[in-house]
Amino acid sequence: MRITCPLCGPRDRREFYYYGSEDYLTRPEGEDWDAIDAHLHLRDNPAGRTRDLWYHEMGCASWVLITRDTVSHQISDVVLVGDAAAGISAKMKSKAKAPAKGGAQ
Amino acid sequence: MGPVTSVAPFAGQDGALAAALAPLAFPAPNSISSDGAARLVWTARGQAFLIGAAPGDWGQFAALTDQSDGWACLTLSGSGAAEVLSRLVPLDLRAMAVGSGARSSLGHMAMILIRGADGFEIMVFRSMARTAWHELEAAMKMRAARQVC
Amino acid sequence: MRIEGKGLIDRAVPVRFRFDGVDYQGFKGDTLASALLANGVKLVGRSFKYHRPRGVLTAGSEEPNALVEIIEDRQQTPNVRATVQEIFDGLEAKSQNRWPSLGFDVLAVNDLAAPFLSAGFYYKTFMWPRALWERLYEPVIRRAAGLGSLSGRHDEADYEKAYAFCDLLVIGAGPAGLAAALQAARAGADVILADEHPVMGGRLLADTGAMDGKPAADWAAAALAELGAMPNVRLMPRTTVTGVYDGGTYGALERVGLHLPARPDLPRECFWRIVAGQAVLAAGAQERMIAFADNDRPGIMTASAIRTYLNRYGVAPGKRITIFANNDSARQTARDLMAAGVEVAAIIDVRADAPVAEDCPVYAGAVVVGTKGRKALRSITVLHRGAEIEVETDCLGVSGGWNPLVHLTCHMNGRPVWDAGIAAFLPKPGMVPGMRVAGAAAGEFSTAGCLASGSAMAREAMKALGRKAAPITLPTAEDGSYELLPLWEVKGKRRAWLDFANDVTIKDVRLSAQENFASVEHMKRYTTQGMAPDQGKNSNMGALAVLADATGRGIPETGTTTFRPPFSPVSIAAMGAGGRAEGFAPQRFLTSHTASVERGAPMIEAGMWYRPSYFPRPGESTWREACDREVAMVRSAVGVADVSTLGKIDIQGKDAARFLDLVYTNTFSTLPVGRVRYGLMLRADGHVLDDGTTARLGDTHFLMTTTTAAAGLVMRHLEFVAQAYCADWDVRIISVTENWAQFAVAGPKAKPLLDTITTVDLPFMGCAPVQVGQVAARLFRISFSGEQGYEIAVPARYGEALFRDLLARAETLGGGAYGMEALNVLRIEKGFITHAEIHGRTTAFDIGMEKMVSAKKDCIGKGAAARPGLVGPQRDQLVGLRPVTDAALSAGAHLFNPGEEVCRANDQGYVTSVCYSPTLGGSLGLAFLRNGRARHGEMVRLVDHLRKIDLLCEVCDPVFHDKEGVKLRG
Repeated sequence: MRITCPLCGPRDRREFYYYGSEDYLTRPEGEDWDAIDAHLHLRDNPAGRTRDLWYHEMGCASWVLITRDTVSHQISDVVLVGDAAAGISAKMKSKAKAPAKGGAQ
Repeated sequence: MGPVTSVAPFAGQDGALAAALAPLAFPAPNSISSDGAARLVWTARGQAFLIGAAPGDWGQFAALTDQSDGWACLTLSGSGAAEVLSRLVPLDLRAMAVGSGARSSLGHMAMILIRGADGFEIMVFRSMARTAWHELEAAMKMRAARQVC
Repeated sequence: MRIEGKGLIDRAVPVRFRFDGVDYQGFKGDTLASALLANGVKLVGRSFKYHRPRGVLTAGSEEPNALVEIIEDRQQTPNVRATVQEIFDGLEAKSQNRWPSLGFDVLAVNDLAAPFLSAGFYYKTFMWPRALWERLYEPVIRRAAGLGSLSGRHDEADYEKAYAFCDLLVIGAGPAGLAAALQAARAGADVILADEHPVMGGRLLADTGAMDGKPAADWAAAALAELGAMPNVRLMPRTTVTGVYDGGTYGALERVGLHLPARPDLPRECFWRIVAGQAVLAAGAQERMIAFADNDRPGIMTASAIRTYLNRYGVAPGKRITIFANNDSARQTARDLMAAGVEVAAIIDVRADAPVAEDCPVYAGAVVVGTKGRKALRSITVLHRGAEIEVETDCLGVSGGWNPLVHLTCHMNGRPVWDAGIAAFLPKPGMVPGMRVAGAAAGEFSTAGCLASGSAMAREAMKALGRKAAPITLPTAEDGSYELLPLWEVKGKRRAWLDFANDVTIKDVRLSAQENFASVEHMKRYTTQGMAPDQGKNSNMGALAVLADATGRGIPETGTTTFRPPFSPVSIAAMGAGGRAEGFAPQRFLTSHTASVERGAPMIEAGMWYRPSYFPRPGESTWREACDREVAMVRSAVGVADVSTLGKIDIQGKDAARFLDLVYTNTFSTLPVGRVRYGLMLRADGHVLDDGTTARLGDTHFLMTTTTAAAGLVMRHLEFVAQAYCADWDVRIISVTENWAQFAVAGPKAKPLLDTITTVDLPFMGCAPVQVGQVAARLFRISFSGEQGYEIAVPARYGEALFRDLLARAETLGGGAYGMEALNVLRIEKGFITHAEIHGRTTAFDIGMEKMVSAKKDCIGKGAAARPGLVGPQRDQLVGLRPVTDAALSAGAHLFNPGEEVCRANDQGYVTSVCYSPTLGGSLGLAFLRNGRARHGEMVRLVDHLRKIDLLCEVCDPVFHDKEGVKLRG
């Protein structure tokens, strides 16, 4: 398996540490048990596109967000987690709203 | 190798640091900026090692840490150097130009690799120098044995 | 029998070798199989289950019968295919799976019992009584079955691993592969050409057809000479591409030293990881058998194997040879044999309309219905126009058609498609991204067709790489057609073999279908069809056809089993090359290593680090004596220990303090410059990740200390938090663990010792830059022993000198060095935790540090740690334990309430750390006990089933020594 690090270029997957789903980027705030549960445990298991986090441990120490297909194994996108951060905070807000909505109903 | 200092620019200080570094330039990934014996080697996301010279008074522009005692440097030269490294390093060495660098691994060890005109400089953590030496030696011996097949 | 003037072997170089204790002679270029056949040896092995006599079936790596053990000085390599093993002077090989000898094998009695030993026999018969399975059935079955045996020694040979990169990987160096390689290489691409044989050329070396009017082997040699001279080409003979992986990565096994007389300096094998921009698979095709009664006798082989032995090795595998085929290709074998002066007794062609052209009896529309000869074929019975004809023959060449070697195309989950025209499965495009299939592997069987398809596929690959490649000029070559009449089995009463290596017959497959194991994957597991070392290369197609017939489905509906890597067996030793003993992981040595070893300190591995266990002194005969003395020395005078292994992380930037507040449970933004604070770090799930001290070196500059075990983990965690949650913060993180050598100086005389090298006077939990001689050092007043303690750090180059100097000074004060054992005792006496306690399942609450989780600020894991179930009386909480008697506690033991049954339901907790405390004069332990903090003073029962320990303990505070911390603060 090969991963193209946005900084270092195409590299052997041995240089990378696998963490898990992109859900780890959505850090829950406070004692919102549902949000914490989602952050830690609730995972989709898609046959198809998935996004997960890898760490270029034997390389440039970048955390990267990889978009790949679990069926074809094609990697379609690799971005730096640091660069993606703006988009990710937006997502945090939208997810934070969700339980409140549920509570209102 | 001389002193080694990590240089990590602080937020928004790239310009000020660039002015202070001149004629050295903060290197792009996988590259090296040189000025005489002083080399600024890209080593990680937002980080380069100044090798061969003491840092200037750049502390307000970048996080500086002394790494002089943290790394051991081995040189591997000769026409078979790339062949030997291909036993231990998962890098496409064809793509590595003279004067460029890379972060990768030597066996299970984190490594900074620099390609010179007639070989490589291999930097590993000081504590692992003995293992690095041993693994390179083993790879060299097996390559030598193949030469007399 | 050797044929004069034939073959590509070097007759000027005779080679002596030994098989089953008998000396033979072959020639350079022979395989063990060709050399044995040249010497008239037909019986080379016994079958797996029935112990039937078996001979060489093929001339390639797919060989199911001729599996031998290769004996080296002290080593023994089993299951080596004699058809692949090159001979060399002194080679010693042994047949396997027979006792006492190959000629007389006691277990051949299994063959007589065959009616009872059909597929599923073991499962049905040895089920009962259950107790006998382990004691009787399994050992007996294991002895009777099984293939080769190992030496029982460690494999002392060297193996190698390597990486290679290229633009185009060409797999197989027959006509298609050579054309592909030439095409790409002349276009300037980096080409790797890999082929499993020692000499490249594939079928061009075994065929008599001409290319450009010259022998095909000459054209192959010229092509290889051209390729070999090009700097952009790497030729990899003896290299089997065994697997296809994501991202254009290919695994390949190269035989390096296995074909040579003992060369301990050479690796036996090298496992390659090849990364290719594009690939052309030109693996060729493999001839398949036809199942007929007793088709497994020595002397029966594939028709193409006979051709290979004749043309490549100059060997006739028999004196009177017969051919049985359903297609044209086998006719060439008969013609080549006759041209070489070997008698062809008959050609039996399944096709009623088959041409009759050869100068020998040709039976068209006939089949072979039986064979005779126990250890070697004597005759066959041919059914022709309703009559049975007995033909005397000592070698029968069979061809049931050809299977394109599609294996590698299927390694990424692709399924091949059935082609009725050639009655075989073919790859479809795009099964592996970047891989194209050429030549016989793509169903192109003529030499001219192979050349053209190799060149075309390479041009497509060049286009995909963005390179221009003008078509190369190809030689004229044989361009015949390939037609066959599918025939998988000749029905009859006697057993007809499919999988020779695993002794699977047609009857077994039909039985499987009958018992409703009708899917191909179920049939495989029911019969073990295709599970031998050849992985069904010789038999899966036939078994599939029989299953299709038995179930009334077509072959395409029945489908294939899954093709998985490796294509041919890969030794574990090759994949794990270099990983034996010290090669398993890097060794990390302290700057004080030599000085400690000089003092006789045994080393203990702490992760990758080697740390001194204790420093024995004259008269001390056990580790405990040394450890007790070192503990007493620290408590009463002064001790010096190397603590450089602790992770040291330099954190700088305007937001550094804010960042530490986020990763630590407690607050660091309030820490004054020049002070140190103990911190606790949680994982996202609220459990404790690590602990350690962090010093504030400047307003925006911190130095974090991690435990030895978690140094890498914490670095990764900090980078994640910084990049994922704090991307716009001004914080820079780098490890400085390796740059500094750091020594603990602890004990009531620590201060007097330090006064001899520096004048700095630090308060408890203070830090300062200090000058030690000419060296800029850092001094911290922290303690992991409970005594007044300091840690002094110097650049690593001065580590050894400082260690020796500190020891010399300590010794004048009645102190000295202490090792890991004493360090552990000191911290247990003081109730300090390590990763024995923060083992991944404990929370701040569990270790009694819930007050360290600041209520005033957020931190990683804070919310998760407050979840119901992670706090409260039901939690196992850190306590101290002391035995009621003077017995020793044991780590790992579980705790129970006295009087309650010792069972899992009554479990009250477990012991994490124990020691003998010379300070308190007895055994101490740290443990996690249900609601433990409320139970100080209670008795618990400690049970260790492993060490047979069962004793009563008193629960107490985990801090045994100097509870008030008077000594610590000095």
